[in-house]
Amino acid sequence: MNYQWNWSIFLQPTAVGDTTYLGWMFAGLQMTLMLSLCAWVLALLLGAVVGVLRTVPNKVLSGLATAYVELFRNIPLLVQLFIWYFVMPELVPQSLGDAYKQSHPVLQQFLAAMVCLALFTSARVAEQVRSGINSLPKGQKNAGLALGFTLPQVYRHVLLPMAFRLIMPPLTSEFLNIFKNSAVCSTIGLLELAAQGRQLVDYTAQPYESFIAVTIAYVAINVVVMTLMKKLEDKVRVPGYMGGK
Amino acid sequence: MIQISHVSKNYGSFDVLKDCSTTVSKGEVIVVCGPSGSGKSTLIKCVNGLEPFQSGEIIVNGTSVGDPKTNLSKLRAHVGMVFQNFELFPHMSITQNLAIAQVKVLGRQQDEAIDKGLKLLDRVGLKAHAHKFPGQLSGGQQQRVAIARALAMDPICMLFDEPTSALDPEMVNEVLDVMTELAQEGMTMMCVTHEMGFAKRVANRVIFMDHGRIVEDDSKEAFFANPRSERAQQFLAKILHH
Repeated sequence: MNYQWNWSIFLQPTAVGDTTYLGWMFAGLQMTLMLSLCAWVLALLLGAVVGVLRTVPNKVLSGLATAYVELFRNIPLLVQLFIWYFVMPELVPQSLGDAYKQSHPVLQQFLAAMVCLALFTSARVAEQVRSGINSLPKGQKNAGLALGFTLPQVYRHVLLPMAFRLIMPPLTSEFLNIFKNSAVCSTIGLLELAAQGRQLVDYTAQPYESFIAVTIAYVAINVVVMTLMKKLEDKVRVPGYMGGK
Repeated sequence: MIQISHVSKNYGSFDVLKDCSTTVSKGEVIVVCGPSGSGKSTLIKCVNGLEPFQSGEIIVNGTSVGDPKTNLSKLRAHVGMVFQNFELFPHMSITQNLAIAQVKVLGRQQDEAIDKGLKLLDRVGLKAHAHKFPGQLSGGQQQRVAIARALAMDPICMLFDEPTSALDPEMVNEVLDVMTELAQEGMTMMCVTHEMGFAKRVANRVIFMDHGRIVEDDSKEAFFANPRSERAQQFLAKILHH
């Protein structure tokens, strides 16, 4: 293989001259982190609400929640992204669409990407929340009700605290997924980590260095996430229950 | 205190309860027994509205349980219930288990609720375990905590749904002792149980159910000495044999 390795490329100023190539990488990393974390917070909140609604006795509410989940988890992420970015601005009331189109292009990309990732992931979180709630003994809900709790209080104080503990491992996977899925957002021009990697290749013709750096950055993000989630899991472990002491 | 009149419940074409009527007066202890699938657990769960029923009426302390306008949470706050599988909240310490409903439902202060909870915990002989979690206690201990948790709400009556069925044999008595004490103090109680010794000791009346019907509803003396129905005779012969 006749390839000229050049790791010092990262320290060179970019062709545009704004910063070094390493600076581009960091900018991409920052964008990936910001996008994914914002989307994750939204996904967690929405997913918890929709997951709870899927388990309530009210048929209309649980039906709506089911429809939500099926809609957002059965359309490919890339298609959803294009719909949010290209189609939605035309479908919403014109004043809103115009305001969106007149905002900063990066903001447009960021908003579409964030909403897309958040809703897609929330459908998956909702399924996990539902399975967590359903895996609790049915008597727990009855015990809460029998003490005089209202149904929302039963969810708040009895069901959700245990359900979230039970689904911590799959939730960690979902948290990791959102960082990886965010790479799809490079297709609408958002300069996140993967897009910066590709841009670096375009400018320097050093694809190996570039994508190795991108790979390491994704792995590093996920190692941090896994470590933090493991810490959290240990912290909230219930004594005398599920391997707790 | 509790009036059950002509209550029927079905799942589709399957009748779970058929025209059940009985009353429980203040201070009375009623034992409900019968073969499995006879509807006794369902009946007791209808009393605090955990199971809906299609027809008939249940009045608890003047409030109709089946009335859609009834605030069931408010009613349940004063009807204690103890479950077969204890159903303590596993993520809370014993102290929190005892206090949470007092605080969130009755609006008591945290300190006041904890004091009351700990007093009741002492009464069921488990004061030393206050800081532990349910998963660290034995079944019998968990059930005693569950009784204390229900008592902390100052219930006007207590419902027991097979409180000793999930226990190891050696733990049954510690729970029955607590229940006996409670009965002797004059608590109104409705107990689904197969513990005939308990029934003989403290029950005022025994209700025998079969296939969703109340077959016998008699004083304990009459029930044990001379059950009228053949089905109750068979049942007693089987379970009193050993």
